[in-house]
Amino acid sequence: MADSTTSRVSFTLDSSLDSVNKIELTAEQVAQRAGFDEDTIPHIAMAVREAAVNAVLHGNSYDTSKHITASFETTSDSLIIRIADQGPGLDPDKVPDPLAPENILRGSGRGIFLIKAFMDEVNFRQLHPGTELTLIKHRTPAQPGT
Amino acid sequence: MSMKVHTRQVDGVTILDLSGRITLGEGSVTIRDAVRDVLAKGSNKILLNLGDISYIDSSGIGELVSAFTTVKNSGGELKLLNLTKKVHDLLQITKLYTVFDVKDDEATAISSFTK
Repeated sequence: MADSTTSRVSFTLDSSLDSVNKIELTAEQVAQRAGFDEDTIPHIAMAVREAAVNAVLHGNSYDTSKHITASFETTSDSLIIRIADQGPGLDPDKVPDPLAPENILRGSGRGIFLIKAFMDEVNFRQLHPGTELTLIKHRTPAQPGT
Repeated sequence: MSMKVHTRQVDGVTILDLSGRITLGEGSVTIRDAVRDVLAKGSNKILLNLGDISYIDSSGIGELVSAFTTVKNSGGELKLLNLTKKVHDLLQITKLYTVFDVKDDEATAISSFTK
């Protein structure tokens, strides 16, 4: 089946929690329209929220002069979400494993783990400056096209 | 929807009935302040009733962990009550389910605290 884009929406937003909430809500709506089931939609929304929180908090550090961008693309095969910040860059290999015994009682550091747990593919790209996360959830044959 | 906290006392245990979302920002701060208030008042047996928590993100999970360690370090106990399926699943995924003492019945939870 061809991976042709059937719909796409993108935003450029302030580095704020309001932006995080807007991106999360959009993820929920887009996932719903893409035909994901009621168990999967909250997982997608949470993964996207975590990516947006990372961008606003750890990437841009709430800097009002910096923005985050979010794009939502629905293809015949997948839902593809890209979240980018203008921060110093994130090396995913340096993120501590939150399941390791020495980290299990840490008060933070579970965001990327949850993103990976809930999405089928997660890719990191350095933007110089900034980081772009691409989150992909594959659609199943039972999900009708939009 | 922001998070709300209702506090009550049962047999020497402080029960915090939480409702809404525990997320980065307001929800996380609310739970942190609530637990600190309880400890400041001299109680260190705390039962967090999460039955009306509709959503929790990684910051919220982190806040639960921080509350757990804060109370434990003060010589007290913090337990969780009435997990929704979503919260239960998140604690399972993050391997925190066995870290917390999780109860699904209030009376059983109350009686499980050290006398």
